[in-house]
Amino acid sequence: MSMLRLIPRLDIKGSNLIKGIQMEGVRILGNPHEFAFRYYQDGADELLYMDAVASLYGRDRLLDIVRQTAANIFIPITAGGGVRSVDDAVELLRAGADKVAINTATVSRPELITEMAHHFGSQCMVLSIEAKQVADNKWLTYTNNGRENSGIDVVEWAKRGVALGAGEILLTSVDREGTRRGFDTTLVKAVRQAVPVPLIVSGGMGKPEDLLEVVLEGGTDAVAMADILHYNRFTLEEIRKAATNAGIPVRCMA
Amino acid sequence: MNRVTVIDYGLGNLLSVEQALRHCGADVVCTSSPELIEAADFLVLPGVGAFGDGMKGLELRGLLEPLLIAARSGKPLLGICLGMQLLFENSSEFGLHAGLGLIPGIVRGIPPLSNKDGSRRRIPHIGWTGIIPPGNRCSWDEPLLDGLPQGVSMYFVHSFMAHPTEESQLKAISNHDGVEVAAVVSRKNLTGCQFHPEKSGAAGLKLFENFLRLG
Repeated sequence: MSMLRLIPRLDIKGSNLIKGIQMEGVRILGNPHEFAFRYYQDGADELLYMDAVASLYGRDRLLDIVRQTAANIFIPITAGGGVRSVDDAVELLRAGADKVAINTATVSRPELITEMAHHFGSQCMVLSIEAKQVADNKWLTYTNNGRENSGIDVVEWAKRGVALGAGEILLTSVDREGTRRGFDTTLVKAVRQAVPVPLIVSGGMGKPEDLLEVVLEGGTDAVAMADILHYNRFTLEEIRKAATNAGIPVRCMA
Repeated sequence: MNRVTVIDYGLGNLLSVEQALRHCGADVVCTSSPELIEAADFLVLPGVGAFGDGMKGLELRGLLEPLLIAARSGKPLLGICLGMQLLFENSSEFGLHAGLGLIPGIVRGIPPLSNKDGSRRRIPHIGWTGIIPPGNRCSWDEPLLDGLPQGVSMYFVHSFMAHPTEESQLKAISNHDGVEVAAVVSRKNLTGCQFHPEKSGAAGLKLFENFLRLG
């Protein structure tokens, strides 16, 4: 088993860190950099920035936040939100991001995935999939931050995305997001069995033990978490300990 | 003063390397100027991308000769990721390409199949992996790793790996799905790491601090 990656997810609106429930009704929590720096010091393996409104208002704020983060936080940074082209991705990478997550633009123009992989390598292209359950073992892909139904089956889309060059998948369960009800392990398992690339699951982590099922049964490589950390309900150290106690390897710190 | 020149040969993002070195107290410039390579106290050869493009990037900017002269002058040089691989004799990435030939050995793809059960290995190797001394050595024999615990995790992103000819020049390995990957190599003033210290948190910064003490 490779090392489980623990990834704080920071959803951004303008200059602020926000948190919603099922991607709606967002609350403003504060300065994202302060949260990010605390998570870095607490041993986060990576950081994930998602700009919730970049597609409406542009990515300038996100670029500023990434730039500020890269100046004194030395772990991998994935950034996304409103990226529509290779040029948009170049801006984020120049600001200090290591990987770029794209959802909406890949659904409307799937060849963007291949363009990204050719320019930067597939390890740089994170396919962000927002999934809503519509029936037993059936999920559909949503775009525009969980607002629009594309009608595309999540498992089929994951396979196609990887065939086109996606190097990693960020799988967000819109149903679970912000609910603290635990991850949708059935969804994760379905996608895990369909594609070989690393998988980051997001949405629903309420307590440290929630990651055990999604790792051991779901087979995820990484867990993104927001609510559990932003509201100071648990620390990364407690979460790492829960993983270690269950025999899941995590990063050995200096 | 710790004047560090990060060699810009058109591949990959140098921002993180520059900022991490600055964080460790170095006076850093990113440049493709041969004069600044000569003037530097320390050289860093970073790089993300394909081996052939890397050699071409150095050649097009007229950096091969200055780099070889600097390397032979005894100046501390750290190659990172592709930058480490370029120190070797050749690589088979997208056809056979000659490298700088400063460290004996070759660069080849990570074997796609596990020897143990024939299962497919995950390639590229991306993520945090622990590094340990090679063979049965019980300590690092390398100043670059001073103060770092054995098994400490570093952040890797690569599909190719180096095979140093001289066993003594291999200083740390990491185990990726059952294959031993050369993680740190050194030969006299030349050092290299396959992982990204600039993305490896406190452990990576420690390695940079050690590097800045080599002068």
